[in-house]
Order: sequence, then C-alpha cells, then structure tokens
Amino acid sequence: MHAENEIHFRDAAAKALQDPQLRANFRRAMDGLITKRKAQFPDPRDLQDLRDLSTAIRSRSLLCLPELLEQLEASCSKNGIKVHWAETCEQANELILGLLQARGAKTMVKGKSMVSEEMHLNAFLEKHGIEALESDLGEYIIQLDGETPSHIIMPAIHKNKDQIARQFSQKIKDAKYTEDVDELTAMARKVLREKFLNADAGLSGVNFAVAETGTLCLVENEGNGRMSTHVPPIHIAVMGLEKVVARLEDVAPLYSILTRSATGQAVSTYFNLITGPRGAEEKDGPQEVHLVILDNGRSRIYADPQLRATLRCIRCGACMNHCPVYTRVGGHAYEAIYPGPIGKILTPQMEGVGVRHDLIHGSSLCGACGEVCPVEIPIPEILVRLRREATHEDLGSKVAGKGTGRTATEDWAWRLWAGVIKRPGLYRVATWFATRFGKALPANAPLIRNWTQSRTKPVPARRSLSERMRAEGVPHE
Amino acid sequence: MNGTKPKRVYFYGTCLVDLFFPDAGMAGIQLLRRAGVEVVFPDGQTCCGQPAFNCGYFEEAREVARTQVALFPEDLPVILPSGSCAGMMKVHYPELFHGQPDEAKVRAFSARVYELTQFLVDVLDVKLQDLGEPVKVTWHSSCHAVRDLGLKGEPQALIGQLANVELAPLAREYECCGFGGTFSVRHPEVSGAMVADKIADATATGASVVLSTDGGCLMNVNGALEAKSSKLKVQHIAEFLWERTRAR
Repeated sequence: MHAENEIHFRDAAAKALQDPQLRANFRRAMDGLITKRKAQFPDPRDLQDLRDLSTAIRSRSLLCLPELLEQLEASCSKNGIKVHWAETCEQANELILGLLQARGAKTMVKGKSMVSEEMHLNAFLEKHGIEALESDLGEYIIQLDGETPSHIIMPAIHKNKDQIARQFSQKIKDAKYTEDVDELTAMARKVLREKFLNADAGLSGVNFAVAETGTLCLVENEGNGRMSTHVPPIHIAVMGLEKVVARLEDVAPLYSILTRSATGQAVSTYFNLITGPRGAEEKDGPQEVHLVILDNGRSRIYADPQLRATLRCIRCGACMNHCPVYTRVGGHAYEAIYPGPIGKILTPQMEGVGVRHDLIHGSSLCGACGEVCPVEIPIPEILVRLRREATHEDLGSKVAGKGTGRTATEDWAWRLWAGVIKRPGLYRVATWFATRFGKALPANAPLIRNWTQSRTKPVPARRSLSERMRAEGVPHE
Repeated sequence: MNGTKPKRVYFYGTCLVDLFFPDAGMAGIQLLRRAGVEVVFPDGQTCCGQPAFNCGYFEEAREVARTQVALFPEDLPVILPSGSCAGMMKVHYPELFHGQPDEAKVRAFSARVYELTQFLVDVLDVKLQDLGEPVKVTWHSSCHAVRDLGLKGEPQALIGQLANVELAPLAREYECCGFGGTFSVRHPEVSGAMVADKIADATATGASVVLSTDGGCLMNVNGALEAKSSKLKVQHIAEFLWERTRAR
C-alpha cells in the first residue's frame, strides 16, 4: 500500500534536471552564497563557539516553550500588541481577514513571511477582495508571475536577470525593457512606494520574538519590512510558535549567525525591533499592532524529544545552499513551502510521512546540511527517523501519517535481506553465486535499470575477499 | 592501547569490498602487516547493516549488526577499508542499540572501530616509500568518512608521502558523488546528475586515477566513467598505496 496522494519528488526533480537554465541559475547562486558564508567564518573554532551558543539558546527556548509563549503574550499585551492564537492555517487566515474587514481594509503590503506562504494567505485574501502585495523584491518578482518562492531567503533565485527584465517589461505598466539591475530595481521601487503610502494594512513575519520584553525582531535588507510595518495604520505580524526566545540578549548571537549563514552578511541592512503601536506623543508608526501565532502541526513536532530539534530552525537557508540535491533541482521541485533539507524534514512532519515518503528518501544522507546548520539540527538523523516512521506505525510516536508509506514489497525485501546477511552460510552461498553469475544479471532488471541509466552495471569480482582469505589461510577466529 | 602501537588488529572487509573490490581488502591487510601488525580476519563477515538502517529498518539492521559484533570479541582495533561502514559501526551502532540490553557491549565494540587510513596515520604513523612511476591522481573524500567519522586529511597525508604522485584536488572535493545507497536507485535522475558532475570535475583535474576510501563512491563513480567510456580509472586508496610501495 502506498499513501494515497503520495507526492513524487522523483518526478518533479527529474523534470527540473532537464532545464539547463534553471540548473545554471541555482548552481551559480548557491556557489555565491557558499563562498560568502565561508568568508564570514574564517576561524572554525569561532564558528563552532557561535553554533554552540546559538544551539543552546534555541534548545533552551524550546525546553520552556509553553511558558515563554505565555510570557510573550503578557509582554506584548503590556506593549499594546494584541496577540492572537491560531491552531491551523485556516484559523489564522480567518483571523487576519476578520481584522482587515473590521477596519474596511482593501489593500495590504507584505514584508517577507514564510509563515504567510504556509497559510496561502495571499490567495485567501484575494478571494475575499483584498489585495495583498508582496514588497520584498524577490517576492514581488514571483508574485508578478503567480509563482511560489523557490528559496526561503531568496524567493526568486531561480530566475536570472534576463528573465526578470523580460517579465518586468511585460507585467509592469509603462515599463521599458532593460537589463540594468539598478533600473529594474527602480521600477519595482516606484510601484512599491506608491503601495506603501496607500496601503490600508501591513503584514510581516517575525525572526525572533522576545518573551521578556514583548519585542518582535525583523531582519531584512530592503527597508520594505520597515515600510510594511511602519507606514500603514495597522501592522499584523505572523509567526510560527517556535520563534520565541527568552531574553533580549538571546537575540544578538542568533542574529549574527543568521545573517552570516544566510547571505554571508555580517549584519543585515535593516534590523527592526518592534515594541508596539505608535505612542501618544509619536508622529509615526502604526496605530495597531497584532501578532498572530500559528501552530500548524508544530506542537505535535514539539512533543517528540528527537523531532523537536526541527523547531530550532532560524530559517537561514544555509542547508539548501549547501545541498547537492537542492542545488541541482531548485526549490519548486519539492512542491512544498519549505524546500531543501529543512523542508525535507519539516514538510513530511506537517503533511504526513506517507504522503511525502518519496521526499524523505530524496537524500543521499551526505550530511552537508547538518554540517552547516547554525543551530546544529541533525537533519540526516531526522530523515532516517522519518523514513522509519513512514514504514512503521507501531513506534509509539505522534508522527503524522506514520506507517502509511509501508509497502509489502519493501518489508519483504528487508526481511529477506536480513535473513541472508545475518546467516554467514547463506551469505557465502549468495556471494558465491554473485561472483560466478553476477555478470549474467540483465542490466534492465528492476532497480538495476535505475542504476544503469547513468552507469554501467557493477560486476562482482571473480572471487570474494572472504573466499581469498580462506584460501590464503589468514588467521580466522 | 595506551599510546603503544597495537600488535594485532581485526580486519572487517565490508560487503562492497568483499564482493567488488577484494584487491583493495587484500591491499589493506598487506599495508597493516607491513607496519608490523598481525591481522585477524574473522570468518562469517557479511555487512554492517547500513542499508537497512538508513532506510529506517532498525530491527533488521540490529539483527545483522549483532551477528557482526559477535565476530570481534577480543579487545583489538577493528579496521575497515571504508569510511561509510566505519561510520556506521562507530557512530550509528550506538544510536541503533540505544536502550537495547546489549548496548554496552556494542558501544565497547564501536569504540574500537577505525577506518583504514585513519589507523595507518593516526595510530601506526606509517611512512611510505614510493616505488611507482610519476602519476597524477585526484581524491574524492566520501561524505561519511569526513562528516560521520571525522577524517581530517589522513588519506591526503598518505598520498602526500608518495614522491612521484601529484594530487590534483577536485573543485568540489566535499560534494557528494550521488551514491547514497538506495538513493541511487530510488532517485536515479538526481543521483545520476550528481555523479555526472563528479566525473566532469575529476576529468577536469587531468588526473588519471580517482581515489577514494569508500566502496559505494568507487562503484558509483566507476560505473559513470565506464558508461562514458572515459579513460579515467577509479581505485581504492589501499590498493593504490600498496601497489606503489610494495617491493617487487
């Protein structure tokens, strides 16, 4: 039995591999990011110290997550930020729609927010007659084409300059064709400035929320985050419930490792610390600030001591930048909000391990992701755990869709494998046959055919090592 | 081992070396012997269980692992000519046996596991004398040898001891070759794209041989090279070192 509606990463990946432009765009972009990150961490010991500290902060925050969330709500309320809780994306969408409708809002500008992507907020609002405009340049570019982000930090990274030039000349009113990056940026800026000034509401994500002070931290490079949260009369921030940290001093190391891991920047161009709506004496800032805290499967992940590490993620994207699979197929092939290695462990936990069984296996377990993760999420280990959960329903866990990736064929294959491998006598017979007749196996037999589509068929040696050792009389025990 | 060089070691062939690269296994044993170490090769060796473990079939992997651990009862180092299998036995066995009644026994075994080049350099401190013709080689560092096992340039150090060998590094030495066990047949397209890039990288170095310490990577890279009828060959590092340094 395969899980119903299983999404096959293999098919989408194979299709992406056929697009040389896409592959070149990703390879070039990822190489650039890898180089920039490396330059930020010249001393491996300094890097390890910062990773240790960041991991400790995120682990400690998760250890007392329920308490910190309560404290965050209290601190925010004191600052005049209204906190809302949503268990599902539907609830979060309805909540935001309610806030907008109650104020007669028709247009909303958005800073970058992956959680809002998770909610499919734009499409939802559009259905209710509210325009949600992305103001991050990358997000703006893909919104013009009705696409989804292909990277969590650089959503339009799958496109090159020429593709964007063509797109702008077709989609932006009165735009002339140019491949000059500054001119292209200026075009988007002109459209966006207009929107910032007239939008009825602004929405943003949250990088870190500080429980002690009720502060929402927002990391960005374009100033669009500040415009979206500052200019419109109402600011709505959305965050996953794992984003909370205890104290303001926890933010500095996380911020430092985030920007350096993500884009290889020592600091970002903007770093916003939002502590509430406009004060009575203040001339600018929104009149209302709301914080929507979303669960969407996170509390289930939180409940599992091993899988909880997934929630340490600070969304830097370094794992995808360094992933040999992501680098070749790009973000869209994952058919998920979060692509790359972090998506490979997060998506199946949110959507179900059976539905995403093929994705869980779409990794060579090379470990490049775990090696660069700033908060040391053991991604390969978690992938193996999820593979196990997908084919075993009786492990006592709460993993979504557990056991639904199980097939009689795979069960049978591993049992047969173990049955032979644990019996040296049988193994000896099997290798004897392989060495004598291995050559005769047809190259188009199932599985072998998958191997031989890019390689020759492996041919066993004429005599195995064990056979030769027995013949040469090396001491046996 | 108290800092003194051990006199006796166990050798664990691994299934891929056993079946596809027996010469590499023999060479590894010879390198150890020449360093003055008696090599014990217990009969009944099969596989470390990694394929089942990586797919989440822990019970099956454990059954197999138990039979293998039982072959190495004495307190001697266990040497493997494979970074991936050594990583499985050293790093992942303790995870696999976590909470099992025989966890302590398995942990004691895991602590004795070494990858071959690691043992030759870090424990035996071998010195090699090159007797071969000048040759240019390249080195593929297998992911598990580096990231699971923590190899820190031991293979390159051994190659560096050979006077007539030029080591031309890959542009992307630390990128996976695309093998990944069952990954290579579950996701043949991505795996194929990865190995295609790897052999292009290796070819661009101008080397005549690709060396590695891992049977899986070697089989993968070799298959891709053969399919392209490339002149470039692959060789296990043990076999390469032995061939160039043995008295003729």
